Amino acid sequence: MLSPHHFPGRLIIVEGIDGSGKSTQLQLVRRWLESMGYSVVFTEWNSADLVRKTTKKGKKNRSLTPTTFSLLHATDFAHRLVSNILPPLKAGMIVLADRYVFTAFARDVVRGCDRDWVRRVYGFAPRPDISFYFRVPIDVALRRITMARQVLKDFEAGMDLNLSPDPMESFKLFQGRILHEYDAMADENDFAVMDATGSISEQQRLVRAIVEDRLLSGYRKKPRIA
Amino acid sequence: MNPLQFFGKGLPYLPPADYPGVLITIEGTDGVGRSTQMTMLRQWLEVQGFGVVETGWTRSPLIGRTIAEAKQGRALNRFTYALLYAADFADRLEKEIIPALRNGFVVLADRYVFTAFARDVVRGADRQWVRDLYGFAPIPHLVLYLKTDIATLIRRVIPRGVIDYFESGMDLALGDDPYDSFKRYQTLLMREYDKMAREFGFTVLNARQHPDRIQRQLRDAVSELFASRGFWQSPTRVEIPVEAPSAATAPQVARR
Repeated sequence: MLSPHHFPGRLIIVEGIDGSGKSTQLQLVRRWLESMGYSVVFTEWNSADLVRKTTKKGKKNRSLTPTTFSLLHATDFAHRLVSNILPPLKAGMIVLADRYVFTAFARDVVRGCDRDWVRRVYGFAPRPDISFYFRVPIDVALRRITMARQVLKDFEAGMDLNLSPDPMESFKLFQGRILHEYDAMADENDFAVMDATGSISEQQRLVRAIVEDRLLSGYRKKPRIA
Repeated sequence: MNPLQFFGKGLPYLPPADYPGVLITIEGTDGVGRSTQMTMLRQWLEVQGFGVVETGWTRSPLIGRTIAEAKQGRALNRFTYALLYAADFADRLEKEIIPALRNGFVVLADRYVFTAFARDVVRGADRQWVRDLYGFAPIPHLVLYLKTDIATLIRRVIPRGVIDYFESGMDLALGDDPYDSFKRYQTLLMREYDKMAREFGFTVLNARQHPDRIQRQLRDAVSELFASRGFWQSPTRVEIPVEAPSAATAPQVARR
């Protein structure tokens, strides 16, 4: 269980399988908050320079084990947390994160790591103020991805797990297990579960209502900072 | 069947198997003569007919370079420092240590997770978090801890030349003077090691003794472990005199 933070800022994160539409929704939240004059900082999973070369190399020659895969992503996250997420939170800004530690909770367990161990490794991460989980059936996600860019990335499809030689089939099996992990952790982590099959604007209307209700009340645009 | 025992849950995806090998680790702060003792121990074990695999800290082909680069750029915080080293260790564990144990080797580890426990805690990481992080690590059969005091350590390290930035914990900003920082950092590390010696039951050896004498005690500890595991029965036991391996690696001890 992650511990709540006591910073003047707010942390909103989105989770969901590839093709759930979570990034689109977060982008719309960002525009909306900025239009109202809030200071917003955006961050993505897996974008720090520190370990990018290593993970890339490891993925290419398939030399990553579930444990090294997990720890390298944790390193990447820790780097971003300390340099990109905590400073704006301390400065009283709103941080929007496209994927958070729950991505690791789901993915690393599907790859074979111990469920409890992964949660402990990420024990230093602050609990988000709102965690949106965009829940979508595998078929819908797959249709969205293949319509947008035709090809499935190997890691998206979990090809390294040798679930199936067919990328489509592998994607279904892999993302199906991820989906199962997300579902299983939703309650424990107080996810705001969104039906991600609806229209983009209808989902966004609900998202904004939740943000207004759970976050903006009691939040000061120009908070007093330490 | 010799199953592996882990600090935590281990590696769930590792199928259960027989691990007839032995895992021996040497711990101690910088400059206590670990590598000299390792070389001598290895030679002795090989004379006895045991297959030996040596492993160190920060040497994995996958991550070793990333650590070197990150240190160069001083881009590490207490979490990334701990996690990168854990990733590096996991890589060596799964690719070197576990296969070697599976194949009946004696694995000699120059530093093991205890080094991380000490360094990470001194850098401000939570003691329990660091132990949980390494829950995938097998518990060694023997931990040989070369214990010294700060005055002895300083007299050994200073003549080697420039004090290393991280060895002196300069990243902790304990002071801008490398000597003071080294002294404070190493003292903090020793305090952690002493605590762990009790917590994990290290075999503590006085590192201020003559290297030959330390070596004799190491061999006694290893012999005792092997006897308790029935490990001696495989090859024949040969008594060889304690002798420093070569002039190049032997420590220079002034005899007056």
